[in-house]
Amino acid sequence: MRSIIKTSFAAAVAAAIASTASAELTGELKIISDMSNPAPRAVMEGMVADFQAMNPDLDIELTIVDREAWKTQIRNALGANPPDVVNWYAANRMRPYVDAGLFADISDLWAEEQFAALESTKGAMTLDDKQWGVPYTYYQWGVYYRKDIFEELGLSEPTTWEEELANCQAILDSGRKCYTIGTKFLWTAGGWFDYINSRTNGYDFHMQLARGEVEWTDERVRQTFANWRQLIDMGAFIDDHQTYSWQEALPFMLNGEAASYLMGNFAVAAMREGGLTDDQLDFYQFPKINPDVDYAEDAPTDTFHIASGAENMDNAKAFLRFVTSADNQSKINAGDALGQLPVNSEASISDDKFLQEGFEMLSSNASGGIMQFFDRDFDAEMASVGMEGLQEFMVFPDNLDDILMRLEETRARIYQ
Amino acid sequence: MATAPIVPDRHPPATRGWYKRNEIALTPWLFLAPAMLFFAVYVIVPIGQSFWISFHEWDGLGEKTWVGMANYDRLLGIGEQNIDRKFEVSFWNNLRWLILYLLAIPLGLFIALFLNQTVTGIRLYKSLFFFPFVISQVVVGLVFSWFYLPREGLLNAILGLVGAGPINVLGDPDMATYGIIAAGLWPQTAYCMILYLTGLNSVDPEQVEAARLDGAKGWRMLCYVILPQLKPATFIAFVVTIIGALRSFDLISVMTNGGPFGSTRVLSFYMFEESLSEFGFRMGYGAAIAVVLFFIMLFFIAYFLWSMYRDERGAR
Repeated sequence: MRSIIKTSFAAAVAAAIASTASAELTGELKIISDMSNPAPRAVMEGMVADFQAMNPDLDIELTIVDREAWKTQIRNALGANPPDVVNWYAANRMRPYVDAGLFADISDLWAEEQFAALESTKGAMTLDDKQWGVPYTYYQWGVYYRKDIFEELGLSEPTTWEEELANCQAILDSGRKCYTIGTKFLWTAGGWFDYINSRTNGYDFHMQLARGEVEWTDERVRQTFANWRQLIDMGAFIDDHQTYSWQEALPFMLNGEAASYLMGNFAVAAMREGGLTDDQLDFYQFPKINPDVDYAEDAPTDTFHIASGAENMDNAKAFLRFVTSADNQSKINAGDALGQLPVNSEASISDDKFLQEGFEMLSSNASGGIMQFFDRDFDAEMASVGMEGLQEFMVFPDNLDDILMRLEETRARIYQ
Repeated sequence: MATAPIVPDRHPPATRGWYKRNEIALTPWLFLAPAMLFFAVYVIVPIGQSFWISFHEWDGLGEKTWVGMANYDRLLGIGEQNIDRKFEVSFWNNLRWLILYLLAIPLGLFIALFLNQTVTGIRLYKSLFFFPFVISQVVVGLVFSWFYLPREGLLNAILGLVGAGPINVLGDPDMATYGIIAAGLWPQTAYCMILYLTGLNSVDPEQVEAARLDGAKGWRMLCYVILPQLKPATFIAFVVTIIGALRSFDLISVMTNGGPFGSTRVLSFYMFEESLSEFGFRMGYGAAIAVVLFFIMLFFIAYFLWSMYRDERGAR
């Protein structure tokens, strides 16, 4: 009898070690998540349900906060009576919380064997040689387009700027707009700048600009805007985009009034939800502008962090192990869930065509470098002034000189 | 046998405590104390802290760095710098709000006069007119931003009927602020209306009667008989409207988020952006804006307090 108990105990221990979420947890786990869009919300709730099933005695409290609102609330949330686990973003966006000691250093977690599979994203999670969180997903950016419209007009995916402009002219001639975009919350314009600037001047120049080492009034920056202006002057973008959020700009594409959308892969779920089938929807990499410049791609990483004031540190770490485990990564990033790329190299990439294409693009055709995104690469204040200027440029391109002067003034002040 | 004194002792021994002796002087202060304490802790001290923070550079979490007047220099463009353009835009928008928001007072008066009659169901009409003030500003903002939508919005549908071209009110930097003010006027008018409705209840019917006998009616009746009696209501309406205009924040945040390209910012929104928003956390600079806003408000409030004081003296 005794030996039976012993063996089963040993088996249980072995199973616990083998499984990602170790022996059943007790106590509490408080999570605040910003995954508030429908698809991510379902994923987050699903993850908590799975984790709960593994640990029936654990008392999990999940709060889902609006994604835009969370960007301002995180500070207060981390300050007093903090939750255990929160969502945030990689790279420079972590800086204020790391400097203020609000994120817990979880380098010990990264030293575990399981985390070797996350090696590719370690850099984005590292500041001051320590790791401050774990990624749970990343996604490619690129141009999502209406394949049926392209076919109707006899167009093919552009690879050069000339083809791009010719395509756009054809689309405009058919009474549609080339691109839908909603710039009310500004950041969408940042995506356009990232791409046109890195395609015109290269990744290194773009990052120099992000670090404040180049003047905004530089001739090369002007060249970026001149290229962008070609599209604006053609009327390539939908009218009144400054009034819409990115979601409100979607119907233009769904109704066929606009042919494409420069966006992150998270938009695919919304487009499918809106009724586009895979026969109607396709993806291409942002075309080359300067042929001498390598492709650089936006691929932002979304993350989980533990608050330094977490009361249930062990539970929180167990949850992060669970989140990044290969099985969970395959599950939450699948085409019918987040529809994004898994961070764990042992996880399987969904056979969703956009993910396959995106993964292919990022691993073999982004030799220039990977950008996190305008508002994550640039200093916070520079990013806010910058994106406002980009929005103004898209509506009143003639104000460019004034805008650049303003941005330069800000740059000179911030990076003294 | 002790003889009791015939005359009662007029100077009994001092049995009354210190409090009893000073009761008349102390009691008001005792009653005031809780309010004063909380006013000090939640209003006076934070004002002082704002001033203090505005002389620093601070991200809200780490160490404060003393920068003296640098925040104000940058804000107001003192020295070699240009005036902060966002501040300039916000300041002028604040003035627009102040002036146009006052339209709520005549509008409210007009509706109140209109509703001040006894017909069946007047209570229902009154509540319907009061309705916009009851719903949250956020909802008002949302409703109006749908109303203004460039393609689907009701406004453009109406304009289309009379043949006017579609306009994008909230997307046009020249129109957006006025669009938001119009949305703000909707609940504010209701508020002024309710103030005037209660004021009209206390209008002396005898004076109205007397004026009528003297042949006053219409406009003259309103200006010389009714309005002077509504002065207290007008005063309150002025104060709440001015303060409401300077506090305008929720509508801007919901309807345009300060855009397009910052053209609808007001000082309170700019202060929020600098200190508390997504890309903010420049507490020192935000506090400097708060201090400037404080002085603007103080100017108006001091004027009202002074005129109230003058009126009370005049009435004595």
